Amino acid sequence: MFKLLVHLKKYKKECVLGPLFKLLEALLELFVPLVIASIIDDGIANGDRGYVVGMVLLLVGLGVVGLAFSITAQYFAAKAAVGFSTKVKHELFRHIESLSYSEIDHVGTSTLITRMTSDMNQIQNGVNLTLRLLLRSPFVVFGAMIMAFTVNVQAALVFVAAIPLLSVVIFGIMLWCIPLYKKVQQRLDKVLGITRENLTGVRVIRAFCKEEQEVDSFTRRNEELTAGQKFVGRISALMNPLTYIIINLAIIWLIQTGSVQVNSGILSQGDVVALYNYMSQILVELIKLANLIISLTKCVACGNRVQALFEIKSSQTISDDCSIIGDESNAVEFRNVSLKYRDAGEDSLTGMDFAVKRGETVGIIGGTGSGKTSLVNMIPRFYDATEGEVLIGGRNVNSFPLPELREKIGIVPQKAVLFKGSIRENMQWGKNDATDEEIMTAAKTAQAADVIESKGGLDYEIEQGGRNLSGGQRQRFTIARALVKEPEILILDDSASALDFATDAALRKAIREMDSKPTVFIVSQRTSSIQHADKIIVLDDGKIVGIGKHEDLLSSCPVYSEIYNSQFKAESNGKEAV
Amino acid sequence: MAERAKKIKKSSAPKGTLKKVLKYVGRHGFLMAVSVILAAVTVALTLYAPILIGDAIDLIVGQNNVDFDGIARILIKTAIVIGITAVVQWLMNTINNRITYHVVRDIRNEAFKKIEILPLKYIDAHPSGEIVNRVIADADQFAEGLLMGFTQLFTGVVTILGTLVFLFTISWQIALVVVLVTPLSLFIARFISTRTYRMFHLQSETRGQQTAFIDEMIGSQKVVQAFSHEDEALEKFDEINERLADCSLKATFFSSLTNPSTRFVNSVVYAGVALSGALICIATAGTANPFTIGQLSCCLSYSNQYTKPFNEISGVITELQNALACASRIFELIEEEPQVSEPANAVTLNNVEGSVELSDVEFSYVPDRKLIEGLNLSVQPGQRIAIVGPTGCGKTTIINLLMRFYDVNGGSIKVEGNDIRDVTRNSLRSSYGMVLQETWLKSGTIRDNIVMGKPDATDEEVIAAAKASHAHSFIKRLPQGYDTVITEDGGNLSQGQKQLLCITRVMLCLPPMLILDEATSSIDTRTEIKIQEAFARMMKGRTSFIVAHRLSTIREADVILVMKDGHIIEQGNHDQLLKQDGFYAKLYNSQFAV
Repeated sequence: MFKLLVHLKKYKKECVLGPLFKLLEALLELFVPLVIASIIDDGIANGDRGYVVGMVLLLVGLGVVGLAFSITAQYFAAKAAVGFSTKVKHELFRHIESLSYSEIDHVGTSTLITRMTSDMNQIQNGVNLTLRLLLRSPFVVFGAMIMAFTVNVQAALVFVAAIPLLSVVIFGIMLWCIPLYKKVQQRLDKVLGITRENLTGVRVIRAFCKEEQEVDSFTRRNEELTAGQKFVGRISALMNPLTYIIINLAIIWLIQTGSVQVNSGILSQGDVVALYNYMSQILVELIKLANLIISLTKCVACGNRVQALFEIKSSQTISDDCSIIGDESNAVEFRNVSLKYRDAGEDSLTGMDFAVKRGETVGIIGGTGSGKTSLVNMIPRFYDATEGEVLIGGRNVNSFPLPELREKIGIVPQKAVLFKGSIRENMQWGKNDATDEEIMTAAKTAQAADVIESKGGLDYEIEQGGRNLSGGQRQRFTIARALVKEPEILILDDSASALDFATDAALRKAIREMDSKPTVFIVSQRTSSIQHADKIIVLDDGKIVGIGKHEDLLSSCPVYSEIYNSQFKAESNGKEAV
Repeated sequence: MAERAKKIKKSSAPKGTLKKVLKYVGRHGFLMAVSVILAAVTVALTLYAPILIGDAIDLIVGQNNVDFDGIARILIKTAIVIGITAVVQWLMNTINNRITYHVVRDIRNEAFKKIEILPLKYIDAHPSGEIVNRVIADADQFAEGLLMGFTQLFTGVVTILGTLVFLFTISWQIALVVVLVTPLSLFIARFISTRTYRMFHLQSETRGQQTAFIDEMIGSQKVVQAFSHEDEALEKFDEINERLADCSLKATFFSSLTNPSTRFVNSVVYAGVALSGALICIATAGTANPFTIGQLSCCLSYSNQYTKPFNEISGVITELQNALACASRIFELIEEEPQVSEPANAVTLNNVEGSVELSDVEFSYVPDRKLIEGLNLSVQPGQRIAIVGPTGCGKTTIINLLMRFYDVNGGSIKVEGNDIRDVTRNSLRSSYGMVLQETWLKSGTIRDNIVMGKPDATDEEVIAAAKASHAHSFIKRLPQGYDTVITEDGGNLSQGQKQLLCITRVMLCLPPMLILDEATSSIDTRTEIKIQEAFARMMKGRTSFIVAHRLSTIREADVILVMKDGHIIEQGNHDQLLKQDGFYAKLYNSQFAV
């Protein structure tokens, strides 16, 4: 948490002035009992009406000045807190963007989003509260005690005894309750879990006639929850009565002591009233302080989580060695590459060793989990090889600055993601200054031109996540987006799965006929999509089990022929049946 | 603050809600009465304490003018009052807790019972998150509001009234000052909150935009990086961030004015009491019935006590309104129409052989969009029925009807000659073994999941079933074998493993009829083969309905139902359908041919 505080640097002034004004306000509040005391001792005792009015005006004056101070303090606190969180959010967003795929996988997207949103809100709130209240409450408590000392040392000793006792009770009960509340929360989570389960699994539960049993187990968990809630409730219900007893016993003691002092002429009646008032002020402030500390611990926890995120550094560094170590005419070359994902037990890819000439089309095929996507993800350096090298144009991928590397590569991921904004804006992701003609050319190749037409042109607004498009339309747009770049290397990661056979074929034909003649990688589960490729790489369980042309693989690679036959036989048998 | 805006928006509850809440609270009538009495006692005693202390102060007049005996008497009395107050207060709090949590528990139980008998139609039409929210978050908010209402609203009102009564008995002039000035703080608070509402609204709107943007960009971080779009994203983020900073500052600042302002009003009240009190003191000095310093001190402490509940009450009322709004959403769920109840003379299906007869079945999810019309199908025991069609064509509708998750709109479905609407749901559903494509597992151990259909199964039976479905080998390798706890929805298992567990579940009880939904993808080839074998073993000799994707399954079926856009458009076996050269033939060629 505390490392985050450097971002408060710009708001030093506010951070000092906010609490300062708050303290001034509290100081004024401490004068109030003294004013009352003098009203009693000097005004009433002497029957001096003018003095009373004057003192009351002073009270109102203290109120007005206090209000002004307090408003000033609130402003500075709000400014510093909002400014701080704005700055941290900016830094955090930038930081998250710099993380590599490996870190993003490790942390998880939903965690990242929570950190950016709800955690940051909590932090902003916490900073604001701290600036406003953290100093004020102890100040009032100790101020009241010190003021009591100025009135009478003997009587003030009551404060010395009461304050620690009250603190122990208030903080003790709160500390006792925190873990109990956590337990209650866990039980609530269980109740939530069973409720959700019964909705998501409603069909299975009803199919197995488990309704009654589920009601029983819900009732049981709900009962546990209620018992927990009642237990915490009983303890936290102690707070008010206990503090009430302590503060009032202190008052009794105070009056007892006061009466002796007054009798011996050391203290006046008004002083006793003043001491009584100081005692009342303490309780409120101590409770405020305890509540503040609870919200602060939450805020610090959020702060630590955000801080931890800042401490994750991208595992990717750019190497200085830009030398050409391979054949420059190879668009892509893998040299004995292995890949092991972070947190994974085994290699996802082992011994990838192949080269692809410029302009070639490469098909990659294999079962689910065989490593097809992992393989192509290493070309734009989404993941780093754990062993071996990936070369582009003969140069190691880790020697390119990332933007330069990714400029060369157009990738169409499996999941067709589009962003909120017009079609044009989405297409310009590929190339910032792409003209409408360039976009339409790419769209034609991607078989998306007619979709754009049917949507009424490039200004059509795409909703978040592309909700207002069908799966096939989204896929065609993501392909077009990659083509707008005119990349040297085009990667289609199973990105024609939602396209029908004819569109898929037309797409492949259009890509072959592109003027820029990119090197193309096509990942697919369908042999039909890749069988005309210059080179087919067959993967099985993270290993290459065959490289070659369709015809060669049919005879030499059992995995390939198995896949092909399972799909092709269907056809021949079907045809026979007709 | 987004929550706050939401609260404001949703704080409208139908009038009947309060009545329904009272019905639940009424079950604790005795405790309620006790709580009310205790509250009154607490308030009276808390108000009495300052009077006693005031009396004591009056006995401390000046040097050598202190009545020590009198003070001792009063202080002992005060100590007793304080002791009683504390005990009574604790009892009251505990009782309020008890009432609140029991009411919420009862409501939750009832809501859950309702979930178990809701028609599938309702559950399918409502996102599960929304229903869960009602049972959990709304109930929680309701509890909080109710508790606050109990502990604060009632005692608050009683305190205000009590204080006024006591004040009037001490000095009507001072009481008048308090009555006239205090409402100012309410007006100020109201004034500020209406003015800040707009800013809060703007803040939560902007925050919403920012969250959506974060969600979009970070959610698709990989695409952002693939297109080196980081700078543009940051730029856009900053633009929203700056806007948010602006309105957030305003909202935070203006809303934080409430406290200082009400505090100011309170200090004005305090000053007013001090002024009028002191003047009365002077005026009545020396008279037979003087206004004493002790009474003044008592009034001052009252004016503090009085403003506190006054400032809190408006907050409590919003909280209560909100609680009622939450309650009304839970009641909405509780009062939802349950599924059609079984007729009194419902037949229990026994010895099912597996003959199913669909005659003139008519069904649609929405009245004006016909789905299934005039479907006739006669299934002999042991037959295989394959249901095929492109994704999203409504193949699962048939499962819904067979299992009676939904009722037909016209025609009938008969099992062993009994209309399924005349048989008990339990006996109908336990005649089917169902394996769905969306594998669902409950949180618990592997064994818990397997024995769902047969809770009294022995370990040997469980293992035999797991072996038959090829699940044993992977279960064996799990850390605790069959006792391994899986998280909700089996998050720590692979898709294929989950599927195998679902099959084992059915394998263990093996009902006479089967409903199988073949998985389309995301399973590796080896597991796929195992699943196929397990399916085949189960289907032997059983009437089976299969939502089929695999060619071999389809070709071996006795009847193929071809669906498109929710309609059954062709029906027959593989060869017949190919000869028809209709949709099936086309589908077949496009999906399996190259």
